Amino acid sequence: MVENRPWLTFFSHAVLIAGVVAVAFPLYITFVASTLTLEDIVKVPMPLVPGPHFWENYSQVLTAGSERGAAAPVGRMMFNSLVMALVIAFGKIAISIIASFAIVYFRFPLRNFFFWMIFITLMLPVEVRIIPTFKVASDLGILNSYVGLTLPLIASATATFLFRQFFMTVPDELAEAARVDGASPMRFFVDVLLPLSKTSIAALFVIQFIYGWNQYLWPLLITTDESMYTAVIGIKRMITGGDALTEWHLVMATAILALLPPALVVVLMQKWFVKGLVETEK
Amino acid sequence: MEKRVVFRSAWLPYALVAPQLAITIVFFFWPAFQAAWFSFQLQDAFGLKTEFVGLRNFAELFNDPHYLKSFKITALFSVLVAVIGIAVSLLLATMADRVLRGALAYKTLLIWPYAVAPAVAAVLWAFLFAPSVGIITFALKQIGVEWNYVLQGDQAMALVVIASVWKQISYNFLFFLAWLQSVPKSLIEAAAIDGAGPMRRFWTVVFPLLAPTTFFLLVVNMVYAFFETFGVIDATTQGGPAGATQILVYKVYHDGFKSQDLGGSSAQSVVLMIIVIALTVIQFRFVERKVHY
Repeated sequence: MVENRPWLTFFSHAVLIAGVVAVAFPLYITFVASTLTLEDIVKVPMPLVPGPHFWENYSQVLTAGSERGAAAPVGRMMFNSLVMALVIAFGKIAISIIASFAIVYFRFPLRNFFFWMIFITLMLPVEVRIIPTFKVASDLGILNSYVGLTLPLIASATATFLFRQFFMTVPDELAEAARVDGASPMRFFVDVLLPLSKTSIAALFVIQFIYGWNQYLWPLLITTDESMYTAVIGIKRMITGGDALTEWHLVMATAILALLPPALVVVLMQKWFVKGLVETEK
Repeated sequence: MEKRVVFRSAWLPYALVAPQLAITIVFFFWPAFQAAWFSFQLQDAFGLKTEFVGLRNFAELFNDPHYLKSFKITALFSVLVAVIGIAVSLLLATMADRVLRGALAYKTLLIWPYAVAPAVAAVLWAFLFAPSVGIITFALKQIGVEWNYVLQGDQAMALVVIASVWKQISYNFLFFLAWLQSVPKSLIEAAAIDGAGPMRRFWTVVFPLLAPTTFFLLVVNMVYAFFETFGVIDATTQGGPAGATQILVYKVYHDGFKSQDLGGSSAQSVVLMIIVIALTVIQFRFVERKVHY
């Protein structure tokens, strides 16, 4: 702070509080709606304080799902989302860290070519190659399976970059010492590089977990079986068209359940999250 | 930049890059190549035979008023999302950088929407703005505004812009805050001693320093609006009413999956690929420049 300007400080707080309220408002209303009955909600305007139906609504969606839209229990969908988020996060980290290790610590023909191949995937998001990618998945017979949900999304240019950047900053003396001591490359990787990379791994994990949990287009394409829906897809399937017909109290309970795990990861692992976000964009 | 010390092995490096490359080839390069290939072909209605038609799919695309309209809508949508998102986040970050008390609490309370999936964010806002039960719809009616995004194109656009911006604010906010905190305090103090007030200091000292990074965020936000907002559109308006929110990505999906127009959809994929490549190149040229400062 350069100087004391009480009015400006007051104004700053006012703007920030307005921002926080605007950001939190939809979440609050969603939570309130998830504790009401459908009758309460359609009696416009709906009450602005939580009602007594919290357990009822949440246990219904978790174990049975909605009545009119998708009938699959949300508990199952959340399990699918969790599998998808964890496999994608760990898978991306695993295959990227070994690929960057090869690219940084070895000289071999086609090294640069491989690096560019991985780089170019940045420019080919699922959205621009929807139909052919779906065809590949269907030819491989991995529709409606965990393999299909995760494997095609595991390649990662950003993670490969991040590890490459990080390995470049690791002092050469460490590799030299390992070589002098007769350690094999994999030994050096496991005993020296992996422990040094812990921070980067944690930061990437947070970002990729959120990425995996929040996937929409890909699961929408390849899951037709209700038992394979993820939580995010489940919500969309519950909105049956026409807002008078939608069971909003159940949709809102599902929305809270679908956003809670990644939101908790962000808030509880805030330090890693900020680091991961800023570094993956470099 | 190269490592001075390297290991030697004839097979190990290939084994290490193999998993990443295998997935890249099967799920990225092969489909992208196929999209390019299909875009030069025409398939008959039953999918029985295909015919090589050269650039005809592209010519049809750029003569199709629906496609051109979708282009305009995407441009409008992405500019609105990027500009509003950046302006609001810059304001919040500047204020958060000023306050001493509660800075961490504000930060925590502003970053969580990043974790919300675009489709879920859209459902949250669609509920507030729902034509019959929405609480904001009700409030708007009290002040005499008839709100029905299911029928009104511009209102549907407003809804998807609000939901997309809301989700993206936390991202922009974190970047601005990190950069604001890296502006040397001595510069600000020097300006203050010379008698410049807070507004003057912001526009003449801080903002010019932020300008290049703001440009970076602009590109990132455009990419976000182009591709990642698919969920926002699909969960709320589904491109409607009458194509008023049909952005390019949604049209590729709609034409390919719902209308089964393989050639046309593939040609659209190719156009989109060219757009992503252009945006990525701009982004990386910028990053290169920043590194060389």
